Amino acid sequence: MPKSIFMKKSDKSQQVNTPDELTADENIILDAMGLSASSRRKFLRQVSTGSLGIYASSFFSSEVFAQTVQDLPEQAQILLNEIKVNLRVNNMVKPLAIDSRMSLLDALRERLALTGTKKGCDHGQCGACTVIIDGKRKLSCLTLAATCEGKEITTVEGLAKNGEMHDMQKAFVKHDGFQCGYCTPGQICSSVALLEEAKNGEASYVTEDLKNIKSGLKLSEEEIRERMSGNICRCGAYNNIVQAFKEVHSGDDVMPTWEFATAEQMKKAKNA
Amino acid sequence: MRPFTYTASTNKEAALRAFTTTSHYLGGGTNLVDLMKEDVARPDQLIDVNNLEYNEIVKNDKGGFTLGALLSNAATANNKDVRQNYPLLSMAMLSAATAQIRNMATNGGNLLQRTRCPYFFETSMPCNKRAPGSGCGALKGMNATHAIFGYSQKCIATNPSDMCVALAAIGATVEVQKQDGSSRMIDFNDFHRLPEDQPEKDNTLNQGELITAIHLNEPAFSDHYYYLKIRERSSYAFALISVAAGMQIKNGTISKIGLAMGGVAHKPWKLTEAEAFLTGKSASQANFEEAAMIAMKAAKPFEANKYKVDMGEKAIVRALTQAYERKY
Repeated sequence: MPKSIFMKKSDKSQQVNTPDELTADENIILDAMGLSASSRRKFLRQVSTGSLGIYASSFFSSEVFAQTVQDLPEQAQILLNEIKVNLRVNNMVKPLAIDSRMSLLDALRERLALTGTKKGCDHGQCGACTVIIDGKRKLSCLTLAATCEGKEITTVEGLAKNGEMHDMQKAFVKHDGFQCGYCTPGQICSSVALLEEAKNGEASYVTEDLKNIKSGLKLSEEEIRERMSGNICRCGAYNNIVQAFKEVHSGDDVMPTWEFATAEQMKKAKNA
Repeated sequence: MRPFTYTASTNKEAALRAFTTTSHYLGGGTNLVDLMKEDVARPDQLIDVNNLEYNEIVKNDKGGFTLGALLSNAATANNKDVRQNYPLLSMAMLSAATAQIRNMATNGGNLLQRTRCPYFFETSMPCNKRAPGSGCGALKGMNATHAIFGYSQKCIATNPSDMCVALAAIGATVEVQKQDGSSRMIDFNDFHRLPEDQPEKDNTLNQGELITAIHLNEPAFSDHYYYLKIRERSSYAFALISVAAGMQIKNGTISKIGLAMGGVAHKPWKLTEAEAFLTGKSASQANFEEAAMIAMKAAKPFEANKYKVDMGEKAIVRALTQAYERKY
């Protein structure tokens, strides 16, 4: 049974989850985030408890990541066409011996234990594997790991700084920019890179005036949708993803279009 | 994926020397790596050419600009000189694929991308392009997305590129390095070929030749241009039909025109007769309509792609109208 259902914003009565209703794990995450008392209540008003998993992922800081990697085998037993490559991921360099066929996606997931980056279609059609390479969003499933020597790779695990999530990650949580969450790391990496593309004044197919573009573009909703079309969300969380992007892109604090139902509303819904 | 050796080349001599009959140069890999996963492409050696220095956009002696073959599609489409002088090219390139893929795909690689005919991708099906002599599955199969011009009984596939449709309208020359170290120039309209009896050959490159540059003709369509792309969803899909239209208009008269279609043939389909008809005529709806009729006259559709004839005719009129009325 879900702990809550989402109701329309118009209903003014509010009763929020209190810390007592959370599991021990959820309380640990909130403690680790430094959220207590009123800030914790405010925070809980804005997120579903299921979203805490996304918050938790930001605690896989580089130290945690390093420990995990030490437990992994240095290399597989038999390698055909072995390539040695130094993968620089999230400001860490890891020398790897890989088969020439290995995609960057598989290297990240299977050799570096960075499983935030997801394998969706593995054919460049869904965008779940999107990472940022030398500042540009690219598909790790169609990138051979062997080609990545000397490149700076950022995955979703590398977006948080000093234990604090990237603004885009916070906005995705706040605006519920996902349902199952599988496409989310790709959506977030893509969105973060798009912020830069807009700053640089890069055009899209729906940009009307291609000849006179200024830097610091303010993207319309149509522009955001066109530019994010490489990230498919099968749950259809597109509206919320656009909301999340808009918040960070505009710098304005936008209220989410949903909030938790009260006990009274829940009771009413059950009896309806 | 089958095993292959990987070589990263830092100079063109080494890259050309390393090439064997079963090698493949690796650019962005957005098409090639996918085809290798599908077991359609089976190179035993990949020569990574991304470190070669063909990644600039410079002025050329034709009065136009030259695109480095290894520059990404995204960087090319958003280059200021390209956007201002060849907005038709920018628009076409930005209509293709997604931001992620455009960041990876190279200009040279775009010219070399293979058809998206489903029979070409499905290795259990016959396909003369993938396995010469095995037959064409699409000829009497599912051919809604296939060619209506210039096909043969051996192959009815289409070229999937958007960039190439704009290049056909603008006019360009492709520079390639030969294995003996010399270079040669290929007119863009002669770069891709019709399937005839050899659908396995998409283009007129010889074995081991490496594309280094695309020399664009003098810019002529920076005021009146439009790339119309009709597809099954509004973004991130290949064109069913596309039209690149560029016009130079003086006192209401078309002094120069570039017109090409995508999604209709084995190569970017330059509408030479329609161009000739419109040159020197007034930019009127009636003339656009007549040009579109001329362009589609020779169409020979199949059962499932008859829609392309009517759609194509209307798409030409629409693209010309949009180009004419353009304000930016």
